[in-house]
Amino acid sequence: MNDIALKAEGLYKVFGRNASDAVKKLRDGVSRDQLDGATAAVIDASFEVNKGEIFVVMGLSGSGKSTLIRALNGLQPATTGSVTVGDQSITDASPAQLREIRRHKISMVFQHFALLPHRTVIDNVAYGLEIQGISKDQRLQRALKVTKIVGLSGWEEKYPSELSGGMQQRVGLARALAADTEVLLMDEAFSALDPLIRREMQDQLLELQSELGKTIIFITHDLNEAMYIGDRIAVMRDGRVVQIGSPEDVLTNPANDYVEQFVQDVDRAKVLTAESVMRKPRAVIREDAGPRAALQAMRENEISALYVTKRDRTIVGWVRDRDAMELVRKGERALAPIIQTDHGAVSKDTALADLFIPSLEAALALAVTDDNGRLVGVVPRVTLLAALGGEPEAATSAEPVIEPLPTEVVDKVLDASTEKGGL
Amino acid sequence: MDFRIPVGDWIAGFFDWLEATFSWFFEILGDLFTSMVDALVWVFSTPPVWVVILVVALGALLARGWKFAIGAAIGLLFIVSVNQWDNAVDSLALVLVSAFLAVALAVPLGIWAARNDTVSKIVKPVMDFLQTLPAFVYLIPAIALFSVGVAPGVIATLVFAIAPGVRLTELGIRGVDKEVVEAGEAFGATPRRILRQIQLPLALPSIMAGINQIIMLSLSMVVIAGFVGAGGLGGDVVRAISALDAELGWEAGLSVVALAILLDRFTAAFGKNAGLYAYWSKQRKLKREADEQARLDALEHETAETHSSAS
Repeated sequence: MNDIALKAEGLYKVFGRNASDAVKKLRDGVSRDQLDGATAAVIDASFEVNKGEIFVVMGLSGSGKSTLIRALNGLQPATTGSVTVGDQSITDASPAQLREIRRHKISMVFQHFALLPHRTVIDNVAYGLEIQGISKDQRLQRALKVTKIVGLSGWEEKYPSELSGGMQQRVGLARALAADTEVLLMDEAFSALDPLIRREMQDQLLELQSELGKTIIFITHDLNEAMYIGDRIAVMRDGRVVQIGSPEDVLTNPANDYVEQFVQDVDRAKVLTAESVMRKPRAVIREDAGPRAALQAMRENEISALYVTKRDRTIVGWVRDRDAMELVRKGERALAPIIQTDHGAVSKDTALADLFIPSLEAALALAVTDDNGRLVGVVPRVTLLAALGGEPEAATSAEPVIEPLPTEVVDKVLDASTEKGGL
Repeated sequence: MDFRIPVGDWIAGFFDWLEATFSWFFEILGDLFTSMVDALVWVFSTPPVWVVILVVALGALLARGWKFAIGAAIGLLFIVSVNQWDNAVDSLALVLVSAFLAVALAVPLGIWAARNDTVSKIVKPVMDFLQTLPAFVYLIPAIALFSVGVAPGVIATLVFAIAPGVRLTELGIRGVDKEVVEAGEAFGATPRRILRQIQLPLALPSIMAGINQIIMLSLSMVVIAGFVGAGGLGGDVVRAISALDAELGWEAGLSVVALAILLDRFTAAFGKNAGLYAYWSKQRKLKREADEQARLDALEHETAETHSSAS
């Protein structure tokens, strides 16, 4: 049984004249800076990717990771070395064979989405199938299924320009998934998205991967992202792969000074920031909404307290369900009297290590604000602990801190106030 | 100083040789151009003038809206009122034939240049040459090859107008987002398919700008074509110059302007989504989208049902 989905051996990619000469020199130990005229983007890369794993290639810009991923599907033909996908060689394939492999074995998600702007979402998703030569009905049916999986139902007939960045990348992901290839290449796929959406997409990718069991090769420059989604991580520097290992390996046993510097102190608490672990707040209420609305929101989300913001999302304070219920009973309309201003919000750049005390002092999940004091996310205590322990599964299922009021009680009060003519 | 290279001799000699060797070919080509122009003239001049104006105004309404329709009708009525209608029809036919030929050559050449760096390096100086060489200079061999008449006019116009078409086509295709082209490659599309489904549609605005430029440059050549006996408005301008007839010069000249504005606005309208036609097609598209979405929903419903009945 062959468990290797993709294998690269002694892969070199050199741009410029005399590429093969340059490879010879590199093999003889000449440094990358001393090749006159030629630029070595990938130097002697060898690795195996197992079936069903997420293999992350991490490195700063200019480290050759984008070239490497393009050599894996032949968009950039390798100078020397071999790449095999399943049992087929990419590096020896004729153009026609290469197209055949790309159609059925290996698909790709791009950094800037690379959707066809003149086609609708569903036609974009079906693009790979169209090239495979599948009939229109069949490919639409399949595209529809995948569109639903990535959560874009109802958007099928929209054009990419009508979608947000996160949704566009869902289309990009759906297009690659619809082609139903064993291997999925993702080139900085989430780097163009803002942090909350990025985290959402990472969660979704993990979920999809566990469901569909695809082999994913993921390129990123973001350490947090690599740590979060990678089963194994390859660290690249100046065209060379300097270490391959599990996230823990890379964190605790860095292969050399560079990796060590990259992952800095082994302490995750200092590497990760509040922004990298924050979640979407379950519920937020505007300052000018009434106590009824606040109570309703808490009841729907089964939480005992929520944050109050201004119209522009600047944080004002928080309210408790018991106080809100009191106001509803009295028939008050304004929320102001019960807003507690000791919200203790932290900036999104705060390191995890500095979140403990605020998190213990805060009555509900710790609020995270941007530079303008706007609420951008929350860090529940459970998430904080899970992030430190490196268990993303636990981090996603954050429990409320204080037991909320029983819903029957809340409903009774809400109903009673309606009868009184509250609304 | 007695240093002189007889470049003129050489080139003239080359054209003499060309004429002597391939005269049959140029004769056929010349006849072809002449009959194409004649056919178009026939189309425009057979129906009564008011019918032509009405049809043009209707086209203007579809392409850009009622303001342009009125403008187009006024422009054409002006041409009729200064008694230049027949000349304008001749010129228009010449422009359309030359522009059509120029587009037919320029777009494929531009595509080729966009896909091949060597071709691009050769095409670029050739286009510089064609665009900057004074038009009168290549009128002489054109007359030699095709004799006086419409055909040298077509050739001169074609040569003069082709450059921006080639350039803008190449620029448009090269300017298509590299990642989107890569996406086509990454999913295993053939180069031809990438051209047809990705590069051409995305380069279309630029190609349309090139076509617009071709038509405008063709029109500006009309006057010069008058010198080689192509007739039309250019013929009258040439006659006005030789007779120092200012009235005729102004009337023919303003007719050229009216025609130019009309053609420019028409060609610039493509892909701009203005006018009645765009409104219709938008309505149709919205309806089709709604239908398609309904069909997809039904399809999904169906599969959901088969799933639930299977389990």
